[in-house]
Amino acid sequence: MHDAQPAVHHHTAPEGFIAKYVFSVDHKVIGLQYYGLALLAVFIGMVLSWLMRLHLGWGSLAIPGLHLLSRNGAPGNIMTPEYYLSLMTMHGTIMVFFVLTNAPLAGFGNYFLPIQVGAADMAFPRMNMMSFWVTFAAFITLMLSFFVGDGPPLSGWTAYATLSSVGGASGPGEATGQTFWAIAIALFCVGQLLGSLNFITTTLDLRAKGMTLARMPLTTWAWFITACIGLLAFADLLPACILLILDRSFGTSFFNPAGMVLNGQVTKYSGGSPLLWQHLFWFFGHPEVYIAIIPSFGIVSHILTVGARKPLLGGTRVMTGCILAAAFLSYMVWGHHMFLSGLNPFSAILFSVPTLIITIPFTVGVLMLIGTVYGAKLRFNTATLFSLGFISVFVSGGISGFFLAQPSIDIYLHATYFVVAHFHFVMAVASIFGIFAGTYFWMPKMIGRMMNETLGKVHFWLTFIGVYCIFMPMHYLGLAGNVRRYAAFTDNFLVPLIPVHKFITVAALATGAVQFIFLWNLFHTRFWGPKAPDNPWDATSLEWSTTSPPPFDNFGGRQLVVNHDAYQYGVEGPKDYIMQTDPAEAAGD
Amino acid sequence: MESDFHSKGKDIEVSESGAGAHAVIMEASPFGLQSKKLAIWLFIASDAVTFGVLLFGYSYLRLGSLDWSYPFKGASILNGFIMTVILLTSSLTMLAAVIAAKHDDKRRCLRWIGFTILLGTIFAVLHLREWFHMFGEGWAIYKNPLGGSPVFAAGFFGITGLHLLHVISGVIALSILAIRYNNGVLDKNHVETTSLYWHFVDLVWMFVFPIMYLMNAAR
Amino acid sequence: MGKALGVVTAVIGLVSAYFFVAHTWWLPVDISTTGPAIDRQFNETMIEAGILFLAAQLLLGLFCWQYGDKPGRKIKHWPGGPKPVVAFGIIIVGLEILALSLFGAKAWGAIYLTPVASNALHIDVQAEQFAFFFRYPGPDGQFGKIHPELMSDDNGDYFGIDPANDVAARDDIMVGTLTIPVNKPILLTLHSKDMIHDFYVPELRIQQDILPGLVIPIHFTATKTGRWEIVCTQLCGLGHYSMRAFLEVLPQDQFDDWLKQQSGD
Repeated sequence: MHDAQPAVHHHTAPEGFIAKYVFSVDHKVIGLQYYGLALLAVFIGMVLSWLMRLHLGWGSLAIPGLHLLSRNGAPGNIMTPEYYLSLMTMHGTIMVFFVLTNAPLAGFGNYFLPIQVGAADMAFPRMNMMSFWVTFAAFITLMLSFFVGDGPPLSGWTAYATLSSVGGASGPGEATGQTFWAIAIALFCVGQLLGSLNFITTTLDLRAKGMTLARMPLTTWAWFITACIGLLAFADLLPACILLILDRSFGTSFFNPAGMVLNGQVTKYSGGSPLLWQHLFWFFGHPEVYIAIIPSFGIVSHILTVGARKPLLGGTRVMTGCILAAAFLSYMVWGHHMFLSGLNPFSAILFSVPTLIITIPFTVGVLMLIGTVYGAKLRFNTATLFSLGFISVFVSGGISGFFLAQPSIDIYLHATYFVVAHFHFVMAVASIFGIFAGTYFWMPKMIGRMMNETLGKVHFWLTFIGVYCIFMPMHYLGLAGNVRRYAAFTDNFLVPLIPVHKFITVAALATGAVQFIFLWNLFHTRFWGPKAPDNPWDATSLEWSTTSPPPFDNFGGRQLVVNHDAYQYGVEGPKDYIMQTDPAEAAGD
Repeated sequence: MESDFHSKGKDIEVSESGAGAHAVIMEASPFGLQSKKLAIWLFIASDAVTFGVLLFGYSYLRLGSLDWSYPFKGASILNGFIMTVILLTSSLTMLAAVIAAKHDDKRRCLRWIGFTILLGTIFAVLHLREWFHMFGEGWAIYKNPLGGSPVFAAGFFGITGLHLLHVISGVIALSILAIRYNNGVLDKNHVETTSLYWHFVDLVWMFVFPIMYLMNAAR
Repeated sequence: MGKALGVVTAVIGLVSAYFFVAHTWWLPVDISTTGPAIDRQFNETMIEAGILFLAAQLLLGLFCWQYGDKPGRKIKHWPGGPKPVVAFGIIIVGLEILALSLFGAKAWGAIYLTPVASNALHIDVQAEQFAFFFRYPGPDGQFGKIHPELMSDDNGDYFGIDPANDVAARDDIMVGTLTIPVNKPILLTLHSKDMIHDFYVPELRIQQDILPGLVIPIHFTATKTGRWEIVCTQLCGLGHYSMRAFLEVLPQDQFDDWLKQQSGD
């Protein structure tokens, strides 16, 4: 921050491969780097989930090559229970952090926030570059946990103490692996904090003339609000990880109480509380899941107006209000992850109230989306299809939350597959649908080539049906009491449910295979896709008023003047939309 | 060379550096702040959360503790008071530096920055002196030689350690600021932005000192 | 394409809802006194959630079917604009959550905020990697003190009691199956010696995390005799999936016999 360079606006393009594509300060390159990292991460996370699902459906299956991934975890290529838990931990960690926090926010946000507000770059381009490389370093550190000590941690992405806080005594992977995990996450927090600073400052300070806050598109609002949430949430996770490292490696007792007996020995810890970890983690964790969904919510709302050719019901104002309300409330509900944790039972009632209240802004938001589809003139390109699909899957995921928000019902459903169904629907499905929608929508702008619509539609249909086949049955499993995070189902009441698990596994593998269509489409587009026009979707926001891809400084140095908001669709006249930069006297204003 | 832009009224002008410089009119920042100052405020907000989280955790465990320690006798408390006065004074000297910079009085500003660096260094030295005295008595981040709760030690060294880290970083930042302000690479806005960080570090101490020292005074 | 999406969305909604309505997979029999209130809450929520779920999916499907882009068609705005929809969302959802909160609090309070009956049978529960152990106070009605340094799986002193020096510990009964009499209030005091575990019996509608460093009480009354599983639901290490015990609910006289037998050993 104490550098000699100007805060923004480089007028000369960088030279050389390294400056252009590796250590670039151009937000567009950085956005693509984040997206690329998320793409790598999602395929790794998906393969991990395949391994998990194979093991759950067919527990004694020897999976060829598995022993290569872990020396101890898969003797004879058959997964041990501890290795299942390690894969589960890495799956969750990779997906929540490196996919869902990366792609919709850091990926698309970095690329399009400056453009959508009319800026030539982010407020702090060099810090932006630093935040990507710190995130990348975090990813490498996390991946290294596969190869150190006795493998990755097995405490879940939630890393509850005391399983995670006593070192190797609690299980395989809990020695070096867990330490690498904690360091990786701490680094990730730093990267996100730096990113948040950039997003917030750019949104407030670098808007073009006429781009008032009210005229900003919903995507910009969503990224801005998410960055605000992240600023405070990651600032909580960072010290939590540091305290965890202190407990594990420096003998402190923040999370470890007295009187624990491990390996036949009474430990020397005293005075700590496992509940403290849960408080600290979930105070971050709940806002985090909103960080994961809000950008996708904004992206889908934005894309839906383009596909529907009409403005959003309630306009930017209502939807932004919903997002703001949800963001604000997200800090008050962390205890709903702790209803049964041993807190004073009154706290459960206390926490359930704001938790239930949060359903209101999300319900209103969904109603706005559905109300926008009413009376629309839908153009069913892939981006629009995924946006419509988002509405369906987000409803499914949100409804299950309704059950879990009530402590009396959570007594039964806690730690069952009902919870797994809930968070996968809202995060793994809805948020990913937002990422897909954004990809099909913005890829033409980002790389200047149109993606293949046929492949896109096949991808959508098979994925939409596939995700329901995977995750809807998990609700039924939860109703039957199927406990989660089990490496195998040996209890009497679980054995009859194994056929359902087999069905889910087949669906997961099939749906996973379908994603290679998407990957192929990306690859094919990059090298052989037809050239994209400036505005292939007849959209209004500022990114569509520049070339595909945009020039180095986004708008070629011209003075932008914004006269309209981003949702002038369905207007009378030769074209049914008004771009934000169109003259003020344009029809329908 | 303009390194930042200010907002006065509805439209603001930005001058660019380098080849092809031209003015660009933008929307005014809603807080009337230049970007780096806004960024420092945001950083301070997140850092406040970090310290808040640690103080919360410490308090949570302290409230649940049955064997808390109260080791700080008169000498420690006095030392803490002196450190507090030093840090508060350093905020004053920092303020004087900012005022001098606003009047473009570079020499006076640098002098006040120098005093701030000196006071910050003395604070750090006093702090480390106290730490090593405690180490000598058998304290460590994982050990409480009085036999009471080890959380006392962990919390004390953890939180004051993090604060000390912020003080030392601040001293380093101020040193870099002084050098570059002298060279004209940085300007008065940077002086103000850095001062905000320094005041924040002082403000945190105003929480750390009562919570970690006064409330643990020997009874 | 819109028609296809409309149909698929509607089918997905209906098929999903079918399996809920048909109870193809459902909660097991309820064997507790506090269970019916929970089941009632559950069913009410299921009905309300089901209606909302189906309404949303079918409405979405319908609109996708109807509102594809056709030449000459004009866009239509939602009649009345956003205000009635926002009001509907706030009021309807608001009323729903108000009702559910009030009744739910009662169901929750019956388990957690109601004092245990004075004649409850007190059983001490120890969770560890990867087993549950249960301790009865024996004829003296008192539990021996727990000494973590004496805990040993090898010699079977799971609770770390010291019968040699602690009179109250001498008649403590330790077993691996939670055996209780039917229709009698039971008080469990849960503690863990290492990780966080969880005590879950789906049929009892009881689930409670067990934390090292805390002693957590929970009470219930079983209303049916039989044998059910107690499973750990809080990730505790590699054996988490196999950490299980059995709950044996016996008629009172059989339980008395069983207890006498245990004391005799």
